[in-house]
Amino acid sequence: MKRSPKEETDSARLITRRMLVLGGLKLGAMGALVWRMQDMQLRQSDQFRLLAEENRINMRLIPPTRGLIHDRNGVLIAGNEQNYRIVIVREDAGDVDMVFDRLRKLVDLSDEDIARARRDVMRNRPFVPVTVAERLSWEEVARVAANAPALPGITPEVGLSRHYPLFEDMSHVVGYVGPVSERDLEALEVPDPVLQIPRFQIGKIGVERAHEDNLRGSAGSRRIEVNAVGRVMRELDRVEGTPGQNVQLTLDARLQNFVQARLHGESAAVVVMDAASGDLLAISSSPGFDPNLFVRGISVPDYRALLEDPYRPLADKTVQGMYPPGSTFKMVTALAALDAGETNANERVFCPGHMDISGHRFHCWRRGGHGRMNLVSALSESCDVYFYEMALRVGIDRINAMSERLGLGIRYDLPMSAVASGLNPTREWKQARRGQAWLVGDTVNASIGQGFVLTTPLQLAVMTARLATNRAILPRLVRAVGGEELANAEAMSLDLRPEWLALIRRGMAECTNHARGTAYSSRIVTAEHRHAGKTGTSQVFSITRAEREAGIRRQEDLPWNRRNHALFVAFAPEDAPRIAVSVVVEHGGGGSSAAAPIGRDVVLAALNDGMPPLSAYPAPQRNRIETQMRELSARLRPLDRDGVDQA
Amino acid sequence: MSYLEYNVKRMPTGLSKVLHLNWPLVLLIVAVACMGFLMLYSVAGGAMRPWADPQMKRFAVGLGLMFAIAFTPLWFWRSIAGVAYAVSVLLLLGVEFFGTVGMGAKRWLELGPIRLQPSELAKITLLMALAAYYDWLDLKRTSHPLWVFLALLIIMIPTLLVLRQPDLGTALLLSGGGVILMFIAGVSWIYFAVAIGAGVGGVSLVLASRGTEWQILRDYQYRRIDAFLDPGIDPLGAGYHITQAKIAMGSGGWSGRGFMEGTQSRLNFLPEKHTDFIFTTLAEELGFVGAATLLFLYLLILVFAGYTVLRAATRFGSLLAAGVIVTFFLYFSVNMAMVMGLLPVVGVPLPLVSYGGSAMLVLMIGFGLLQSAHVHCPRTRS
Repeated sequence: MKRSPKEETDSARLITRRMLVLGGLKLGAMGALVWRMQDMQLRQSDQFRLLAEENRINMRLIPPTRGLIHDRNGVLIAGNEQNYRIVIVREDAGDVDMVFDRLRKLVDLSDEDIARARRDVMRNRPFVPVTVAERLSWEEVARVAANAPALPGITPEVGLSRHYPLFEDMSHVVGYVGPVSERDLEALEVPDPVLQIPRFQIGKIGVERAHEDNLRGSAGSRRIEVNAVGRVMRELDRVEGTPGQNVQLTLDARLQNFVQARLHGESAAVVVMDAASGDLLAISSSPGFDPNLFVRGISVPDYRALLEDPYRPLADKTVQGMYPPGSTFKMVTALAALDAGETNANERVFCPGHMDISGHRFHCWRRGGHGRMNLVSALSESCDVYFYEMALRVGIDRINAMSERLGLGIRYDLPMSAVASGLNPTREWKQARRGQAWLVGDTVNASIGQGFVLTTPLQLAVMTARLATNRAILPRLVRAVGGEELANAEAMSLDLRPEWLALIRRGMAECTNHARGTAYSSRIVTAEHRHAGKTGTSQVFSITRAEREAGIRRQEDLPWNRRNHALFVAFAPEDAPRIAVSVVVEHGGGGSSAAAPIGRDVVLAALNDGMPPLSAYPAPQRNRIETQMRELSARLRPLDRDGVDQA
Repeated sequence: MSYLEYNVKRMPTGLSKVLHLNWPLVLLIVAVACMGFLMLYSVAGGAMRPWADPQMKRFAVGLGLMFAIAFTPLWFWRSIAGVAYAVSVLLLLGVEFFGTVGMGAKRWLELGPIRLQPSELAKITLLMALAAYYDWLDLKRTSHPLWVFLALLIIMIPTLLVLRQPDLGTALLLSGGGVILMFIAGVSWIYFAVAIGAGVGGVSLVLASRGTEWQILRDYQYRRIDAFLDPGIDPLGAGYHITQAKIAMGSGGWSGRGFMEGTQSRLNFLPEKHTDFIFTTLAEELGFVGAATLLFLYLLILVFAGYTVLRAATRFGSLLAAGVIVTFFLYFSVNMAMVMGLLPVVGVPLPLVSYGGSAMLVLMIGFGLLQSAHVHCPRTRS
């Protein structure tokens, strides 16, 4: 509308006035904005900068390389094998199904593998690498790499996984590694962050577990920049971890392999020990199992087969198996009697084949009796009645004391799993455990290693080494950690009178070398290898009256799991002992027939650092032994002596 | 005014209009737009595509449009104001019935190949309609309740239609701009005092009612208010964007993390980093210095545009120019306050900087109208 000039002026004046008011308000608002800006950007800047860094930077752990395990000569027992796998990145692959189809033509993949990989691929963000296949052969990886242009999004990767090149030989000693379980984490107060790495593996049993702290090493870390959805943009810096320390065992892989091959088909345990130092040269439980199966994740049928095998391959019979020592215990009774002054070298005891004690008849293993026996011949011919007599004189307390002095009934601190302590039965033990008083018959049974006495093959080897050296030898399995030799002080003296020990040793020497000795058929004819031993047969079940009436007289006629355990202990060479050996053959029948021949072979293999020389065997046996050794050689594992260089 | 004076002062015509443009304002607009191109280049990771290049083309078109509008006589714009308003209301109704749904809201109208956002157009036509209304209205009746009500009706119609889409940001700008224009036109203080009083009272009533029997809002609505007041309550939910935006701004510090070095924007922690939240990228990479510089440029635009308001020859020209300024001010102040966590997140772009065609073109049309008011007033021949 048309306005008068005055109205126009009024209008303009009003607009100017109101604009000025508004301008003031606007300035105020902008001032508030500037104040807010400086508050955030100047005053709190450091704090926000920190938050921005936290946003973008993630820490990722780099798993350390696990330490290696070697034998005493540097042969690799547990190593890290390159593990080839192929991963797929969805966003690079484009058509995932097409890529999988092409991949199947190059690599052996099952339908389940493909289905699992496809599921993983679809579940993850498109830039996340997903493992399609693991543990590929080098040829397969090479084929994939050669066809890379046709396989978008596929990359071969290499990682390390534990490998046990000696397979079942060392399974019980070294153990195996496996994924970290909830229980593993709960057991630790402050779990190493490295345990959170997916698919990280730790030692589950054996040396792998006991020396986990040495072998694991410490994790490295890398700082990476990530974006808002977690995609890795770049690596900012990297701190390499410390690889785990190598562990060197006292074992001789070659001897262990020989022993394992020798025990093939038996449920048995053998311990070979350096008599002077206590170093375990071989500690072998048969049958073994392939630890590599566990590293990969053992299948249910494989695991069930191991569990249901009557020979119990998962059990380590050398340290976990507890057996009545049988006649191998007689040295303990003899020494207890000598030490107590209850007998001497010349005293003779008449063995009519049995002994009646408080209305109960105790038989000698030879029903017809041994006649007059002194200490040496009683050991050599394993006369039971002689030791019944000694037991009556000495009593269980002094037998136990000697047993412990010789290393029985003691739990040794070895880096192996579930090491058992055995049992020296005492009066208190029986009262507490069975609620019964100790009877003299119990002492009589104990004197020949029956009844309640329990020992492990390891303890028997320790006992033998102590008898051979008169020192409190302790077994040792680890020689060096991280390249540093562990100190091994000379064992303390047992303070047994040398004359008495000489008597015992003579008894043992005659057992293997005297025509009447129980192990005479397992003698060694070369003087420098000659061993001194003691057989043992421990009763598992008595032959029942029904069985006796059915005509069963001999062990061979019984079903396997009712037969007696066969035992044998020995040291060699007889005149200057270097090694101590114990052999237990579960349900082997008899010590002289089942255990002593194994003991001889093991002694010869250990002394000769390889195969036993045929000349060491008595001439009539050589043909048989030769055939036996030929079969055994076929089972030996060619040892990778190149492994020595890695030590 | 004497006859002599009237002869001396005359309206510029033809090419001489070019000389009488508000040139400082043009230069300032170009300067701010250039800052925008720079940031769009940066958020694309150092590339012209996908944002900087199209934005520059649109700006060129907008600049041409601004000049064309500026050289068109102001009376023409006054005469089509009513028709333009009616058309934009019809278009908004068209959105209501035939609109395209996108991002959870119905905002666009497909007319053959052209995709029209009538709510943007309404920002200009509402200003034109109000300016024309108060130009037509007798000065003495300005504060009369009936005529105040009529002005409010002019504002409410497009605002409510936009609110239904729903587009809270545009609705706020529309109503805010309109009401402030009423204030400039001279509507009595009392109305505003009463309105502000009622607003403050209403808000306190709503907050006071929480947890009582006569609670006014729903619980989830209160939780949204909480998340706005303290984003730390829910850092991964509603508060996530604002938290990340504050981290980006704060980490910029005095001089910024460096051009194209902002980790928050480069690593996608920022939402909408090329549109509504582009100010955070700028503040992160160029720091307080860059952010304050932009604010200062905006202030200069307000000052030079304000000069046009004061010297415009007609009430229509003054009010129209004032409306453009107010809208421009609301744009940038609401956007900045929003990304700095002073206001809730509503979709308001940063004028001349944020990526987006409609907002850019509408602003340039607005500045064209302001320039038209600047050019078309009588001045001494020089």
